Amino acid sequence: MQLAKIVGTVVATQKDERLVSSKLLVAQPLDANGAARGGQLVAVDTVDAGYGETVLIVSGSSARMAGQLQETPVDAAVVGIVDTVELAEL
Amino acid sequence: MRLGRVTGNVVATHKNEKLTGAKLLLVQPLAAAGTPDGRPLLAVDTAQAGVGDTVLLVIEGRAAGQALRRRAAPVDVAIVGVVDTIDTGSTRPRAT
Amino acid sequence: MQLARVSGTVVATRKDPGLHGLKLLVLQPLGPDGHPSGASLVGVDSVGAGVGETVFFVRGREASFPFLPRRVPTDAAIVASVDSWFTDDTPRAGS
Repeated sequence: MQLAKIVGTVVATQKDERLVSSKLLVAQPLDANGAARGGQLVAVDTVDAGYGETVLIVSGSSARMAGQLQETPVDAAVVGIVDTVELAEL
Repeated sequence: MRLGRVTGNVVATHKNEKLTGAKLLLVQPLAAAGTPDGRPLLAVDTAQAGVGDTVLLVIEGRAAGQALRRRAAPVDVAIVGVVDTIDTGSTRPRAT
Repeated sequence: MQLARVSGTVVATRKDPGLHGLKLLVLQPLGPDGHPSGASLVGVDSVGAGVGETVFFVRGREASFPFLPRRVPTDAAIVASVDSWFTDDTPRAGS
């Protein structure tokens, strides 16, 4: 899973019917220190996340194990809203 | 999933039988701000997208196959939606 | 599968029911020389690992297998704590 910040929402009327009523969020992946890292992606929201929140994103076929996404053509899902990340001094 | 802009179409007469009838489009991945972000991709279209459209891409084999509704189709990227607007919070929704 | 150092913990109250009760850990992948290699990620713990430990983890759909028959939506799972490993005849301590 990766940490990411929600930076936007996407509206798409014309889409696969299995995605109808899914909320689509634009997420910027973050490293453990909270810095942006890598390209932005769009994820289906399963936990009612909102703009500006730090979230957990699951990618690949595992994304379809979240929520009710079993038969939907998605490759990324928001599965958690992060309260804190605690890093050790190693 | 990624955002992208359709930049072209590809005609391939001779292709795997599981791809028969599939429309192939060239897509430039985008950041939410609309700027190019990453290398262009070739995608099968399942959402009636056209050149110039901003689209929603799945980039994973099984999801792309599900979009095409074909089992074991040799695809790894599919267009599953045409984007109307992207709201990045800081500005008014950006029509695409 | 890949080696990693557990570098932190993640707390998320609101999450998919499939993740309830599971420990989320920040992983820094390691190369064979023990140095960080690649971007950090978050994995679900299946072995009782803790911060500072060296572990190995799996990516992809297989990451949900340790939790079956429960459906856990994860693409990375810690599947072992590493005691030590050897490369080029050089023993290396795990954690």
